[in-house]
Amino acid sequence: MESPARSWREYPQRYRLEAAKCTKCGKVLYPPRVVCPACHGREFETVTLPRDGHVVAPTVVRVPPTGFEEETPLPIAVVELSNGVRLMVQVADMADPMELKIGDPVHLEFRKIQQDGEAGLLFYGHKAVRD
Amino acid sequence: MREVAIIGVGMIDWGELWEKSLRQMWAEAALAALDDAGIDKVDLITVGCMSPGLFIGQEHIASLLADELGMAGVGATRTESACASGSLAFRAGFAEVASGLSDIVLVTGVEKMTDVDGGDATYTLGTAADREYEAFHGITFPGLYAMMAQVHMAHYGTTSRQLAAVSVKNHANGLLNPHAQYHLKITIDDVLNSTMVADPLHLFDCSPITDGAAAVVLAPLDKAKDLAGNRPVVKVTGSGLATDTIALANRKDLAKLHAVELAAERAYAMAGRTPQDIHVAEVHDCFTISEVMVTEALGFFEPGQGGPAAERGLTALNGKIPVNPSGGLKSKGHPVGATGVAQIAEITTQLRGEAGQRQVNGARIGLTQNMGGSGGSSTVHILEVV
Amino acid sequence: MSVGIVGYGSYIPRRRIKLEEIAKVWGADAPSFKRGLQLHEKSVPGKDEDTITMAVEAGRRALIRSGGIDPATIGAMYIGSESHPYAVKPSGTVVAEALGITPQAHVGDLEFACKAGTESMYLAHSLVKAGEVRYAFGIGADTSQGAPGNALEYSTAAGAAAFIFGSDPERMLAEVVETYSWTTDTPDFWRRSYMHYPRHGSRYTGEPAYFRHVMNSAKGILEKAGLKPEDLAFAVFHQPNGKFPLRVGKRLGFTMEQMEPGWLSPWLGNTYSGASPIGTTAVFDVARPGDLVLLTSFGSGAGSDSFIFRMTDRITEVQNLAPLTRMQLDNNKIYIDYGTYAKLRGKIRMGE
Repeated sequence: MESPARSWREYPQRYRLEAAKCTKCGKVLYPPRVVCPACHGREFETVTLPRDGHVVAPTVVRVPPTGFEEETPLPIAVVELSNGVRLMVQVADMADPMELKIGDPVHLEFRKIQQDGEAGLLFYGHKAVRD
Repeated sequence: MREVAIIGVGMIDWGELWEKSLRQMWAEAALAALDDAGIDKVDLITVGCMSPGLFIGQEHIASLLADELGMAGVGATRTESACASGSLAFRAGFAEVASGLSDIVLVTGVEKMTDVDGGDATYTLGTAADREYEAFHGITFPGLYAMMAQVHMAHYGTTSRQLAAVSVKNHANGLLNPHAQYHLKITIDDVLNSTMVADPLHLFDCSPITDGAAAVVLAPLDKAKDLAGNRPVVKVTGSGLATDTIALANRKDLAKLHAVELAAERAYAMAGRTPQDIHVAEVHDCFTISEVMVTEALGFFEPGQGGPAAERGLTALNGKIPVNPSGGLKSKGHPVGATGVAQIAEITTQLRGEAGQRQVNGARIGLTQNMGGSGGSSTVHILEVV
Repeated sequence: MSVGIVGYGSYIPRRRIKLEEIAKVWGADAPSFKRGLQLHEKSVPGKDEDTITMAVEAGRRALIRSGGIDPATIGAMYIGSESHPYAVKPSGTVVAEALGITPQAHVGDLEFACKAGTESMYLAHSLVKAGEVRYAFGIGADTSQGAPGNALEYSTAAGAAAFIFGSDPERMLAEVVETYSWTTDTPDFWRRSYMHYPRHGSRYTGEPAYFRHVMNSAKGILEKAGLKPEDLAFAVFHQPNGKFPLRVGKRLGFTMEQMEPGWLSPWLGNTYSGASPIGTTAVFDVARPGDLVLLTSFGSGAGSDSFIFRMTDRITEVQNLAPLTRMQLDNNKIYIDYGTYAKLRGKIRMGE
C-alpha cells in the first residue's frame, strides 16, 4: 500500500507532471531518473509534460486489484503525449468504456487515483479524458 | 566451463491445494526429483519463488525449505524475477555446476497462491509491474497483456479466434498431463464466450491461480552419465537471460517481447542452434497473447504469424513445432515461482521419451522460455539429448 | 490602486442525474418538484472527483486566462468548501502544490456552508488590496451531499470556480468596484462533526435565512456603490434551487435578462461553495467591456457576501481560452441511474 512518504516523494511527478530533460541528448524522462537510458547522460533540467496526447494501447480491466472495485470496469491505457512521452493512466468519464480505441485523442486531468480505505490518505494524480 | 546435465525431475499434481502448505508441496516435489535422480545428498539448493512474503507472509524460505528436507547445513538461495523466478533458480544452479562451485544442485520452484483471496492475488502479481507508475493506476497483469494484445491485433491483424486456438490447444495437451491443474476439453467458442477479464482477453485466455512446486537435479555431465543407467542423458546446451523495461509505457514496440528475443539470441548462440533445430518447446503462455508473441520472438514464426500458426495447428503436439505439450501455464497451472522449473522438467521428460500420451515423437532438442511480469525479464534454455 | 480579477475558470463534472430518476426511487412527485424548485437535473462527481481535483482543474483554467502568470508569484490561496475530503489536512496544500504555487504562499481552507467560495474571494481580494501579496487565488468547490430521500438530494451537486485576484492593469479582467457582507447567527442548516449528511430547518431556510441575508447584502452593496439594479448588466445570486435566486432577484428589482446567464441551478443543481462563483464565471464568459456584474452569495448559518465587478476590455480576449461554463454544463453529459449515483456518492455500504 501507499504510505505518506512514498506518495509524497512522487508529488512533483503526480501533481505537476514534472519530468527530466537530458541536457545531453534532449530525451524527456517521466518519471525522472539519475541516468538517461538513451545516452547515459547524468544532467537534467526539470520540464513539465504537456497534457494532450493520444491512446497507444487501451484496455478495460474487468477484474480489478484490491482498492479499485468501485471503479470497475476500469478503462486504462498507455497514452503518448504530444511531446512523445508515454505514460500509463486511467481513462476517466467514459459512459461506455468499450469505446476506447487506439488513436483516441485525450487530455490529462487531475483526479483522485486511490485512497487508503475510509480513514487513510488520498492519493492524487492524473487521468486521461477523451477529447 | 563444465558441461551440465539434468539427472532428475520431480513434479506434484498442481491445483488449488487447500490441504498443502508451501513447504509440504515443495518437499514433495524435491523428494520426487531426488528419487528420480537416485541420490540423497546435494551441495546446494536453489529456490525460485516470486512472493512468499505477500502470498503467505514468509520470507527467508531457502533456509526454511532446506531444513524442511532435513538438509539444514546445505547452502540454499532464493531467486526472484517475478514469474521467471523458477528458471532463474535453474540458471543459478546451472552456473554453480558449470563453474565447479557445486557438483550436485537441487533446483526448485514453488508458489502458494491460494492462501490469499483473488483481489490480493491480483494485487500481489501486480507488484511485478512498475509499482509507482503502472500498478498505482490500477493496471493488472491481464490488463498489461491485454494492451499488448490490442496493439498486436491492430498491427498484425491477430484475432480473438487465433488467441482462443492457443487456449484450446493447451487444454487439449493438458488433458494428457496427469499433473495439470485442469483437465478440460474446450472449444474456441468456450473461450470466446467466457467472461471478459481485460479486453480483449477472456477468462480462458488467462492462466489460473495455482499452488504448485517442481524440482530438477543438476550434475556435471560425466557424473550424469554414471547415474543414467539406460535412460537418455539430457544436457543443458544453452542459457539466455535478458531484461526489458518493466513499464510498458517505456517500450518502443508493444507488439514485441524484446527480452525474449535477446534471451533467445543468447541461448541459440551458446548452443549453436537455430529456431529450426528445436523439436519441442515449453513457453510462457501466462496469456494466450503471450504464447503468440513468444513464438514470434523465439523465431519459430515471423512477426505477426504467431496467431495464424496457432490457428493452423502448427504448434499442436503433432505440429511443425509442438509448443507446450505439458498444457502450458494455461492448463497445467501457473504457480509463478514453480513454472520455470516445471518447464525444464517437462522438456527433460520429453527428451527422455518418458512423456507418455503427450510424447512428441523424436524430440531430441528442446527449448524452454520463462518470462517475468509483462516481459520485463525472460530466460531461454536449450536442452539436448547427449 | 485598482484591484480585481486577472484570471477565472470553472469545472463541472460530466455526470448528471435527472430529478425524475431520484424522485422515482423515493416515490416523490417529480413534476411538482420540477415546478416548485425549478430543478431538472444536477451534476454528480465521479469516484475520482472531489473538492481538491475540481479546484485544481478550475485553478488551471484560471491560470490559462491570466495570460501567463507565474504560479510561483501567487502569494495566497484559499479554498472554500463544505466537502473538504479531509476533516484534518488542508485541501489547499494539494491544490497549491498541483498548481505550482508552493512553497512561498499563504494557504487555507475555509468553511461557511454555501458561502465559503465567496469568502475565499473576499480574503484574496483583501490581501491584494492591502498590498500583502501580488496575486491571490480564491476558490469555491464542493461535492455536496444530501441524505437519501431528503429534499436536498434533488439539488446537491458538484462543481468549482477559481478566481485569481491581482492589481496589474494589463492583466485585469474585472475590477472590484465594491464589496459588502451581511452576517447574523441564523441556524437554518448545519452538519455536526462525524455526520455524513446535513440537517436543515425546512421552510425556516427561506425567509429568515436566504431571503433576509441576500436582500440585505445586495441592497447594502448597491447603496454603498451608489448604484441601482438597472445600472448592472448581470446579477448572480446564490442558487440552492432554481426558484430562490429568481425570486430574490425580482424582489430586488432585477430582470430575467440580467439574471439568466448566471442562473445555472436548474441544470447544475446546488454546488454549494461553487454555486454563485460558478454562476459568475458563466456571466464572465458572456460579459462585454464596461459591464457591471453583481455577485451575492449566501451561506447558511448565516451570511451573504456581495461583490460588484466592472469588466475591462481584456475580458473578451480571454473568454475562449479555457472551457466556457455553459459549454461544460450543456455538453458531454453522462446520464447515470440512481444505482450508479448511490455507488458514486458512497451511499452503498461496502463489505469489509
